[in-house]
Amino acid sequence: MRKVDVSSVLGASAETPEGLESCIDVSGLNLYYAKDKRALNGIDLKIPKQRVTAFIGPSGCGKSSLLRCLNRMNDLVDDCVIEGTIEIDGEDIYSKHIDVADLRRRVGMVFQKPNPFPKSIYENVAYGLRIQGINSKRVLDEVVENSLRAAALWDEVKDRLHDSALGMSGGQQQRLVIARTIAVEPEVLLLDEPASALDPISTLKIEELIHELKRDYTIVIVTHNMQQAARVSDFTAFMYMGDMVEFDATDTIFTNPAKKQTEDYITGRYG
Amino acid sequence: MRISASKWFSSGTPFVWLNAGAVAISILMVVGLLGLLAVRGMAHFWPADVMQANYAPPVSFGTVVSTEVLGEKVETESVSSIQIASSGIPVDESVPYYDRELVKLGNRDVTGADFAWLLSDFLSDISYPTDVVALERREWGNFYGFLAEVKESGVSVVDAEGGEDALWAEFEKRLSRALEIHDEIYRIEKIEIGEVNYALERLRLRQRGLELEDAFDAEAEASFAQQREELGADYALLQQDLVVLNQAIERDSALFLAPNGAEVDIELADIVRAYKPNQMGLVEKLFTYFAKLGEFLTDEPREANTEGGIFPAIFGTVMMVLLMSVFVTPFGVVAAVYLREYARQGFITRAIRIAVNNLAGVPSIVYGVFGLGFFIYIIGAEVDQLFYPEALPAPTFGTPGLLWASLTLALLTVPVVIVATEEGLARIPRSVREGSLALGATKFETLWRVVLPMASPAMMTGLILAVARAAGEVAPLMLVGVVKLAPSLPLDGNYPYLHLDQKFMHLGFHIYDVGFQSPNIEAARPLVFATALLLVIVIAGLNLSAVALRNRLREKFKSLEV
Repeated sequence: MRKVDVSSVLGASAETPEGLESCIDVSGLNLYYAKDKRALNGIDLKIPKQRVTAFIGPSGCGKSSLLRCLNRMNDLVDDCVIEGTIEIDGEDIYSKHIDVADLRRRVGMVFQKPNPFPKSIYENVAYGLRIQGINSKRVLDEVVENSLRAAALWDEVKDRLHDSALGMSGGQQQRLVIARTIAVEPEVLLLDEPASALDPISTLKIEELIHELKRDYTIVIVTHNMQQAARVSDFTAFMYMGDMVEFDATDTIFTNPAKKQTEDYITGRYG
Repeated sequence: MRISASKWFSSGTPFVWLNAGAVAISILMVVGLLGLLAVRGMAHFWPADVMQANYAPPVSFGTVVSTEVLGEKVETESVSSIQIASSGIPVDESVPYYDRELVKLGNRDVTGADFAWLLSDFLSDISYPTDVVALERREWGNFYGFLAEVKESGVSVVDAEGGEDALWAEFEKRLSRALEIHDEIYRIEKIEIGEVNYALERLRLRQRGLELEDAFDAEAEASFAQQREELGADYALLQQDLVVLNQAIERDSALFLAPNGAEVDIELADIVRAYKPNQMGLVEKLFTYFAKLGEFLTDEPREANTEGGIFPAIFGTVMMVLLMSVFVTPFGVVAAVYLREYARQGFITRAIRIAVNNLAGVPSIVYGVFGLGFFIYIIGAEVDQLFYPEALPAPTFGTPGLLWASLTLALLTVPVVIVATEEGLARIPRSVREGSLALGATKFETLWRVVLPMASPAMMTGLILAVARAAGEVAPLMLVGVVKLAPSLPLDGNYPYLHLDQKFMHLGFHIYDVGFQSPNIEAARPLVFATALLLVIVIAGLNLSAVALRNRLREKFKSLEV
């Protein structure tokens, strides 16, 4: 009863994860990096469509591992075993019939450290399209411009599209990576601590960008920074030692968490 | 202020000195090596003054035989009198040392030996007459003497009475004519007749091929006969030209006075270069020096490799190294990609990696034996059976040749390329690979579009090391394709232009051959140094171009520094 009251007092939406159409449906997910090294314990989670969902928790709690399960990035890790199911739009992404490359195109990912390719800005953004065999200059020009605009980078780089991407600042590189990711029109954007390597101004720009992007994409963001989670996300999941402790509307988590553990973490008693 | 020894030691100063000393010694050794090769090798081409002297050594006690000598001083050394005495020259043994000089006398056809050690004490009347002529000949080595007469068809045209200058001018005029004719003869013999012979040989092989297939019918026979007739006509025409030219070149000769009153008639056709060293100024000498150096670099060897140039050896070396690079780079890179990117990293992969590293330590002659036994006797023989049956029993690829030498060296150097490429691949940050995969690229696309370009500088490093190793190898090549004298270059104007089955010459083997197998040690020695210097320069040149390429790639793919 009190939960609802607080939310309405704060003027936040009264949405709950259950009340929305879910995009990603995780159930009973266990992840082992080695035989007896379990990183995730039976995670159940429904990530709503076209909202920003944040994973928070102390280092090593499994939030990045969970994120990397969502586009099967963990396939690259030897000896990594996954149990349970993850469905995106009702499709089991760990089923045998899934084309992993296509899945990763649909579920884009931005990493902690900016990782542009040692190519020009233009070629970085066009990379995903060229992979798909699109080489028409007209199409590429248009997509590159739109993507860079969407990533709020166009005005800064439009005169040096053919310069190396490695000459950009860290914040610009990270926005370039986001532009590169949205150029292939994914349905979901996974952001793995996208601002942790950036200065405050670049961080602010990234956060504004996330606000803009959530209109079109389902966004999942892992962050260490609780203020950031509070600022950008609609829903927050708190994880601890491989467990999903609590998942609810961000306002609820930050103002009236259901679990003592969550409250302790948010108020800075540990973590 | 006094500093204790242990403090001085821990300050690192002695360590810095030690390191700097090691670097200094390395630099000195490299500079010394190059300097020695340059001095001993390059001095050979200098047109030295020709000394005329009287040499009167005692041949037995109290008897002295006096001879006139004419030649270039090459070097001087001190020898103990006992050694000289025991070699049969009765010298005063109370004098501990005598100087002796190595003099290049030339005139091998007259005196039998073109170098002599002369004791300085018994040389007298040393002079440097301005009219001495030095000749470089196509046969018999150098000649030193005085020009007496220029003859045409055996009849004197000009002699010394007309004045020394007029005689020399006439000689030079006729010599340049002879040289032109010689070039023409060379062109016809090597290129045009070579082409006709090559065409005839191909015709013969085609006919044999048809015969083997039982397809050599009357029609083919007629066609072949006609082609052969056409080629025969071409050949006859060329032969006629040659006869005319040979007559023309044999027209002139010159009479020279050699020391001790000998008269020598030399055909101008046999002369490569003639000059009067004692008359030349520094500029003229420099000019001649570079002309001789140029000849060394661009001409073919003469006289069992002790004279002339080494161009075929340079060409063969570069050709072989380039071919080896073409074979080794893709192969090594592909193998490294599998080992690093696709193979499961476990015991077997580790074992393979160790084995590959150890292959780099196998003595190169072992690779030569393997190349001979496997490439030539097995693969080559099989290739001949399948593709060149018409040439059998003469082998085409079943005999040492350029292809097998390149492949053998590629095998020898492939571990280096694999190791370097693997290290390069390992250095590509994981984040870049993940970035590509996260955009929907497959592993192959990621490799092809991002990882391999970024690792290309490392591949070039591997190639540089491979080139450095391969260009200096001689031992395996002796088994798989290098010869003392190759009749033609592996690349020429006859289809298919690049003759992978041909044997070739190589600078490293040339050094070995000139140094150990030469009948004329003194003449060959400077060439050993000159060729060694050239080998170093060729390897350095090949390496530097690879380094330049790598640096450009590095600039382009400056990887994300962590």
